[in-house]
Amino acid sequence: MKDNILISLKDVQVEYDGQSILKGINLDIRDEEFITFLGPSGCGKTTTLRIIGGFAEPNGGDVFFDGQKINGVPPHKRNINTVFQRYALFPHLNVFDNVAFALNVKKMDKKLIAKKVKEMLALVNLSGFESRNINQLSGGQQQRVAIARALVNEPKVLLLDEPLGALDLKLRKDMQTELMRIQKSLKITFIYVTHDQEEALTMSDRVVVMKDGEILQIGTPQDIYNEPANAFVADFIGESNIIDGVMYEDFEVEFAGQAFHCVDKGFNLNERVDVVIRPEDIIVGDYETSPISGQVESVIFKGVHFEITVDAHGYKWLIHSTQSQEVGALIGMNVKPSDIHIMRKMEVQ
Amino acid sequence: MKKHKWLETSYISLMMAFLYAPILVLMIFSFNDSKSRNVWSGFTLHWYRDLFHDQEIISALMITLLIAFASAAIATVLGTAAAIGLNKMNRKLKSVVMTFTTLPMVNPDIITGVSLMLLFIYLRVEFGLSTLILAHVTFNVPYVILNVMPKLRTMDKHTYEAAMDLGCNPVQAFFKVVIPEIMPGIMSGFLMALTFSMDDFVISYFVGGASVQTLPVAIWSQTRRRVTPKINALSTIIFVVVVAVLVISNIHSARKEKMLREGRQREVRQRKVGE
Repeated sequence: MKDNILISLKDVQVEYDGQSILKGINLDIRDEEFITFLGPSGCGKTTTLRIIGGFAEPNGGDVFFDGQKINGVPPHKRNINTVFQRYALFPHLNVFDNVAFALNVKKMDKKLIAKKVKEMLALVNLSGFESRNINQLSGGQQQRVAIARALVNEPKVLLLDEPLGALDLKLRKDMQTELMRIQKSLKITFIYVTHDQEEALTMSDRVVVMKDGEILQIGTPQDIYNEPANAFVADFIGESNIIDGVMYEDFEVEFAGQAFHCVDKGFNLNERVDVVIRPEDIIVGDYETSPISGQVESVIFKGVHFEITVDAHGYKWLIHSTQSQEVGALIGMNVKPSDIHIMRKMEVQ
Repeated sequence: MKKHKWLETSYISLMMAFLYAPILVLMIFSFNDSKSRNVWSGFTLHWYRDLFHDQEIISALMITLLIAFASAAIATVLGTAAAIGLNKMNRKLKSVVMTFTTLPMVNPDIITGVSLMLLFIYLRVEFGLSTLILAHVTFNVPYVILNVMPKLRTMDKHTYEAAMDLGCNPVQAFFKVVIPEIMPGIMSGFLMALTFSMDDFVISYFVGGASVQTLPVAIWSQTRRRVTPKINALSTIIFVVVVAVLVISNIHSARKEKMLREGRQREVRQRKVGE
């Protein structure tokens, strides 16, 4: 990843049928970066991608590419290529002609085309599939053709719109690694759209969390996971226990009827806050001596850990623990000060 | 169950007999060595020879083919363009326009024929080849639209964008990607238009005028005088050609389906290996 900014969105707004889809997006995307737009459906992530690709025009604001304003520049004149959600391969062409499509449009020399297509198919592990029909390929193979077809044009930026959504879990994991390898070896910018938080955390250099046409947080996967900007981000990025709390003073918070030490400061005196605690950060302890206590309601085996729900005075705590518990057992819970995340309440929506 | 087998067999045979006996009789008597329509008096090919020497029939056949191909081609272009436009419309407007385009299909031919004739008289268009082609285009356009629309609906809506993404301008994207993808629909629309055009009697009868006769009209006017076995021979040839075209197109689509099926099976197999 380089430091220079390749794409810049300045106060980009989109309205559709009187509804505000994007409410003034500001975003700088660096050269050779793997950046992911993450958010629930309808948050505007695909619209942002389509604006960068040139398939949609903003109602307000500007888009810059390499310092040049590109509002109104049609897709075929942008040095950007796209991998579409359902691949959008051309079923009337075979694998070779699909990948060669962009080069044929450019009227490139046939020998050079053959060479480039061969290289691309090797890059996506599809050598020898040249004469196959698109309908004869599996979902994963179609995905690879779509990637090769977009990359053969040597774009500076590749846009990927939920490209792994249609694949099964195992294949999705493989393709994640594959995409990261391709991005690193070609040294180009990947802009990736997904609603899968795990995918976003695994692959990206930076994650942009979006909701209702707004950016909630931009940061590295670690930042986003460890220091979520608000309760929505915390909840969306992995499961969380989100509890109402009151900030007594700096480094002291009250929730679940107890005072806790924490590492946050700078809140108003007695400000009402959201307290976010990751399920894996809860330490199971003795019923009598722990600050929070409750009764085990359910235990589900999840492979690596057990997912335990504990009812403590009406609030259901979620715990991830490698140790199982008896349903109905009375247990205690504790949290380290550094694992207590304090967040300002979001404005009432 | 077994004892009802004969019932099943006889039902099917009876149905087949009803459907194909008339055509079979017609074919057999096209080789009959006399003008009789019920007495077999020996094998001959001279009705076929006569047929090819009958200038009236041959020129009517040529005119029919000319009108069929010309009107089907024009209707295909118009219908495809209309379908693409309709596909982009909002749902309400689309359903209104679709109702109006399909109306001519349910409208009785005789009404279409008379109304077209009156229109041409009113506009002082001289009856002949041009009025026939215009009329055939009119009743063929809805069939093309109905064949192309489903293909447009099932097409991945990003396909056109993908072509633009890969360097095509809108016109290139349309001809390089959209047209090839909806080609099966365009082709079946064209073939259907061709068949309906060759098949049409009622409308052609009203708008053809005195100078130009299509084949169905020619046959009809000959049978009015006397039915010669020449007509049997002609019908036999038409029937054989139609059956041949049908068989070829069925084999073609069966092959394509087989290929798709194999592709899907391979995918399933690979999934299993993957697991």
